[in-house]
Amino acid sequence: MSTQEETIEQLATREYKYGFETILESDTFPPGLNEDVVRAISAKKDEPAWMLEFRLRSFRTWQKMAEPTWHNLHIEPIDYYGISYYSAPKAKPQLASLDELDPEVRRTFEKLGIPIEEQKMLANVAVDAVFDSVSVATTFRAKLGEMGVIFCSFSEAVKDHPDLVKQYLGSVVPYTDNYFATLNSAVFSDGSFVYIPKGVKCPMELSTYFRINAKNTGQFERTLIIADEGSQVSYLEGCTAPMRDEHQLHAAVVELVALDRATIKYSTIQNWYPGDKEGKGGIYNFVTKRGRAMTDSKITWTQVETGSAITWKYPSCILQGDNSVGEFYSVATTNNRQQADTGTKMIHLGKNTRSTIVSKGISAGFGQNTYRGAVKIGKNAHGARNYSQCDSLLIGDKCGAHTFPYLQIKNSTAMVEHEASTSKIGEDQIFYCRQRGIATEDAVNMIVSGFCKEVFRELPMEFAVEAQKLLSISLEGSVG
Amino acid sequence: MLLEISDLRVRVEEKEILKGLSLSVNPGEVHAIMGPNGSGKSTLARILCGHPGYEATGGTATYDGKDLLDMDPEERAREGVFMAFQYPVEIPGVNNSYFLKAALNAVRKHRGLQELDAVEFLQVIREKAKLLEMDQSMLHRAVNEGFSGGEKKRNEIFQMAVLEPKLAILDETDSGLDIDALRIVAAGVNALRSPDRAIIVVTHYQRLLDYIVPDFVHVLSGGRIVKSGGKELALELEDKGYGWVDAVAGARA
Repeated sequence: MSTQEETIEQLATREYKYGFETILESDTFPPGLNEDVVRAISAKKDEPAWMLEFRLRSFRTWQKMAEPTWHNLHIEPIDYYGISYYSAPKAKPQLASLDELDPEVRRTFEKLGIPIEEQKMLANVAVDAVFDSVSVATTFRAKLGEMGVIFCSFSEAVKDHPDLVKQYLGSVVPYTDNYFATLNSAVFSDGSFVYIPKGVKCPMELSTYFRINAKNTGQFERTLIIADEGSQVSYLEGCTAPMRDEHQLHAAVVELVALDRATIKYSTIQNWYPGDKEGKGGIYNFVTKRGRAMTDSKITWTQVETGSAITWKYPSCILQGDNSVGEFYSVATTNNRQQADTGTKMIHLGKNTRSTIVSKGISAGFGQNTYRGAVKIGKNAHGARNYSQCDSLLIGDKCGAHTFPYLQIKNSTAMVEHEASTSKIGEDQIFYCRQRGIATEDAVNMIVSGFCKEVFRELPMEFAVEAQKLLSISLEGSVG
Repeated sequence: MLLEISDLRVRVEEKEILKGLSLSVNPGEVHAIMGPNGSGKSTLARILCGHPGYEATGGTATYDGKDLLDMDPEERAREGVFMAFQYPVEIPGVNNSYFLKAALNAVRKHRGLQELDAVEFLQVIREKAKLLEMDQSMLHRAVNEGFSGGEKKRNEIFQMAVLEPKLAILDETDSGLDIDALRIVAAGVNALRSPDRAIIVVTHYQRLLDYIVPDFVHVLSGGRIVKSGGKELALELEDKGYGWVDAVAGARA
């Protein structure tokens, strides 16, 4: 009838922009999971015995565990034994320089707009790119090396910096933590490793780009960031995948360690393939992210979650040291048949620890969006403070928003505040904009951006712009 | 003729509200539409702006030679139709001046004018803000968020000043205003009267017309204009009440 509806119809049928597949020769394990597969992954990576031990311990634990069911998600049964746990583009195993990168892989990253070439120095972003299971290139290594900053693939870190990996791997997310983290601990293939030495302020944003390409593969990456005393780092990860009819599994683990007076800012723009309008295909995203904050340190998680069929993710902070600060800023959108169960845990152990939670959930289409957050104040956390704000925005009348805040307070001097709101993009708001000459689509973008403002301003500048664009793409066609 | 409405019939949720309304408006004229609650005043304002939910079932509305009812709301706005809302909505997180810049540039683009950059835009709004005695801080707050009733109405007229429409429709702009706010808003509207701009003032009370003096007054009752006259008609109405109009309309029918 009206153009408003027509525009919506057009936009709804728009395709996922990153849904292309790169055809290249790859070295892929046949589907299946058992101890031999775990050993084979370790052997592929030429790992030391302690690393293999860690994997096997994890695998044996995982076999005794059951999938969690407490979440507010409807998930088709996952056949963990029917996927391949390792896939790598066939190329020279060691790259002396980026010129040796497989041209097909390079073209893929170019399509994604990742500044993988060193010429793009001006971008001032160091990038580690993970393609399917392996890390294919890390830029700016030399420049970072001068300051003692280590930024490399996880596999390389196991070889070149075994002491650091041994000391901190599993120190924040133990291998027994949960079903998906334990699976990851057994089969993780690669990921990023960062170490910032004492007192160093990392001179550029560090960034990892993850892409699942091969069919029938899971991606299990592992990231470990250690910020030594008094250091600072800002890290960003982005994710995309081709369009597939079947679901693909992604189960990552991220561990952050902020030693005394260190600051870690970890930002995520998650744009895994969300599946089609009917919910066919799309990534199942089960991620465990946690940071440990020591005295006077600060950890900030910022996430913009627009993709994935299923998002199960709770970036958390253990505020162990006195005066440590944890922050969580999140925008999660679910359109069409997407489901998200996401939030955070703030665990206050030290004195005068402070945490802030700002969660913005946007549901459209048939999307279901759940905020699940826990604030725990330990008995020794005198003067701890938490402020939580959870806002939900509904677009249309077939979607849902749910909020599950858990509070556990064992110290009477603590102050905990929780605010929540649910609102609907009103037809009256859109009409108001249109009456001023602003088209429907622009009006929706404007209203949604306004809603997310408090989160976007936490992102590094250039990524805030990208996040805003992504959000408008993922919500296109949602108003009707 | 800027606007020619002929025998317009409008339905809202299965109920016919306007039952054959005709009205002609020339550039430079100020028309007041008065009438009791439920007479169809706001329906007239909304159908002219293309509000969803209002359906024209008969008659025509020609604006500037074009079929107004066939245009999208944003197209009407870009062609110079402006409505000052009775209840302006809040848009949290969206900066008032950012919003207005997007609106102004959409209008300018449509008219083949160059879009204004931030500096040029700032100059425009500073000047117009003075007209409405707007505090600078209002420009940087979120659209209508936390504005008082008076501030919201002032903001509407401020937007009108910036967008420079050809046809402005003020829907109950006086409701909820105290006398000082009413004076400021009216002064703003009067400053925007011009030979090439028409204004339709929809109001329940005569009070506003003491400040914005109309060229024509039309009385709406039962979905039709039952009486038209000059500004003195508003005073007569004030004196005799809407019952008088209904009696006149009833006697005629």
